[in-house]
Amino acid sequence: MKEFVEGSHAIAEIIKAASPGVISAYPITPQTHIVEGLAQMVASGELKSQFVNVESEHSAASVVLGGSATGVRVYTATSSQGLFYMQEVVFNIAGMRLPVVMTCANRAISAPINIWNDQQDSISLRDSGWFQIYAEDNQEAVDFHLIAYRLAEDKRVMLPVMVCMDGFILTHGMETVDIPEQDKVNEFLPNYKPLYKLDPAHPISMGLLADPDYYMEARFAIQETMNESIGYLSEISREFNGVFGRDYKDLLVEEYHTKDAEKVIVAMGSVCGTIKEVVDEQRAKGKKAGCLRIISYRPFPYARVYEALKDVPRVAVLDKAVSLGAYAPVAVEIKAAFYGKKKGPKVISSFVAGLGGRDITLESIDEVFRRLTAKEVNSDFIDLKPELLKEEYGE
Amino acid sequence: MKEIRIHARAGQGAITTAALLGFSYFNEGKYPYAFPNFGAARMGAPMNAFVRVDSDPVRLRSQIYEPDYVIIVDPTLMRGFNCFSGLKEDGVAIINGKEDMELPKLKAKQKVFVVPASEIAMKNIGRPLGNTALIGAFAAATGELKLDNLIAVAKNRFSGKAQEGNVRAVKEGFEFVKSKLKG
Repeated sequence: MKEFVEGSHAIAEIIKAASPGVISAYPITPQTHIVEGLAQMVASGELKSQFVNVESEHSAASVVLGGSATGVRVYTATSSQGLFYMQEVVFNIAGMRLPVVMTCANRAISAPINIWNDQQDSISLRDSGWFQIYAEDNQEAVDFHLIAYRLAEDKRVMLPVMVCMDGFILTHGMETVDIPEQDKVNEFLPNYKPLYKLDPAHPISMGLLADPDYYMEARFAIQETMNESIGYLSEISREFNGVFGRDYKDLLVEEYHTKDAEKVIVAMGSVCGTIKEVVDEQRAKGKKAGCLRIISYRPFPYARVYEALKDVPRVAVLDKAVSLGAYAPVAVEIKAAFYGKKKGPKVISSFVAGLGGRDITLESIDEVFRRLTAKEVNSDFIDLKPELLKEEYGE
Repeated sequence: MKEIRIHARAGQGAITTAALLGFSYFNEGKYPYAFPNFGAARMGAPMNAFVRVDSDPVRLRSQIYEPDYVIIVDPTLMRGFNCFSGLKEDGVAIINGKEDMELPKLKAKQKVFVVPASEIAMKNIGRPLGNTALIGAFAAATGELKLDNLIAVAKNRFSGKAQEGNVRAVKEGFEFVKSKLKG
């Protein structure tokens, strides 16, 4: 049913529908409203689940790891420093092939301390073995959680999924969302049946030491699964579209006026909505602009990116994160997709915008298109304030 | 597309105001996007809430710099900020304040309505939370939303005594502006 609802509340609603047996989380802005909502649902008896209150994100991640190992569906959510505090457990969850689903309400990283949105938190954990899918709006954020559980619990996959949604912009934004009905959720997402689980009646050991004779194969297996999962993601997305009447296509990328485009901006998340507005304005003036939205950042859809951009002369990659001392994180992947290929853009320029909640306006996007010239640039910061860059020290 | 910018201090209910306006637009078949922008994370700090609404889903995610409408919940903010910054040539501002308050010079087609929303709230709710009176005033000043719809939204949002008081406040805010327009 269509509702006008806050993003966080909509996520709580869909998690309730997915009915995890164990939920554990620690409050951190801008994720807090999600788990507050779930805690209330559990307290009121609306949702039959074990909500485990913990003293830190490290423990929250550990609780869902343990819960998942006992063979039940689990859920957690976090942001920023909270995700970093979880980090070693996050890698363990993937290494142990546990189908945990987590929401990352994207927020900047300290220092300086900053509660506002960018994507540095999840992007910094790109190598953890988790899927990362980025929502543009709250409808997608809701739907992607159902797809996340199906994907994670697929016997061919058995890996955790992080659904990333921009903090405040989506988590605290109220908009119209069609919350999937319970019977359709049940049709799409059957109960989780684990391949193996911790059970005192049939004891097994999980997360053991793997010496040099075994470790590499465990890592290789995850890499293989990730590569194969490009196809599974598309397969599950198509099934989702069928049940719920949406149009997410392969869930890898979204092409917006890229076919005949001369200039395309590549980005992830909610900023793509703003980019599409500018693309429409440019098209109305007869300029061939487009947008390529990366939905799946891990696994990264190199082949789809190649197909979408191979005939586009100029590409701008807009990152809401940095890899300090190197090329920006999404830009690296786009450039890699074309290395050694015959076809491809003449220019792939990289821009950084919106760090720590700096507002990305229509003018910011206009500026990216303006700076996308024949001269390639790397990590060109948009909307910088030069007056703040002067250094002044005391004696 | 219409854009509304609300100026308030954290704790004064600007997010509720944006939400109530959003619910009202939603009920009238529109696609609203209501969102806050926090400054410092503490009570009393200046903050904005926004509503952007269109007949199709809203994709634009930036803050609002050229609003059609401005709602000023706390007039003391006008001392430190230009709350009218970017207001459209024919924009409308609703200010919670006293009738004799000083107003900046506005453009020819811009309209300002000073509404004693805090007084209306004190009388009806017993607390100086003028949000519901302001949305009533907004509906009368702009013709964007129907009074019956606002009342339904307020009834849905509040319960018990707060419901009665807020519904009265919506009506009084609406009537106050209506009488100004007639006068």
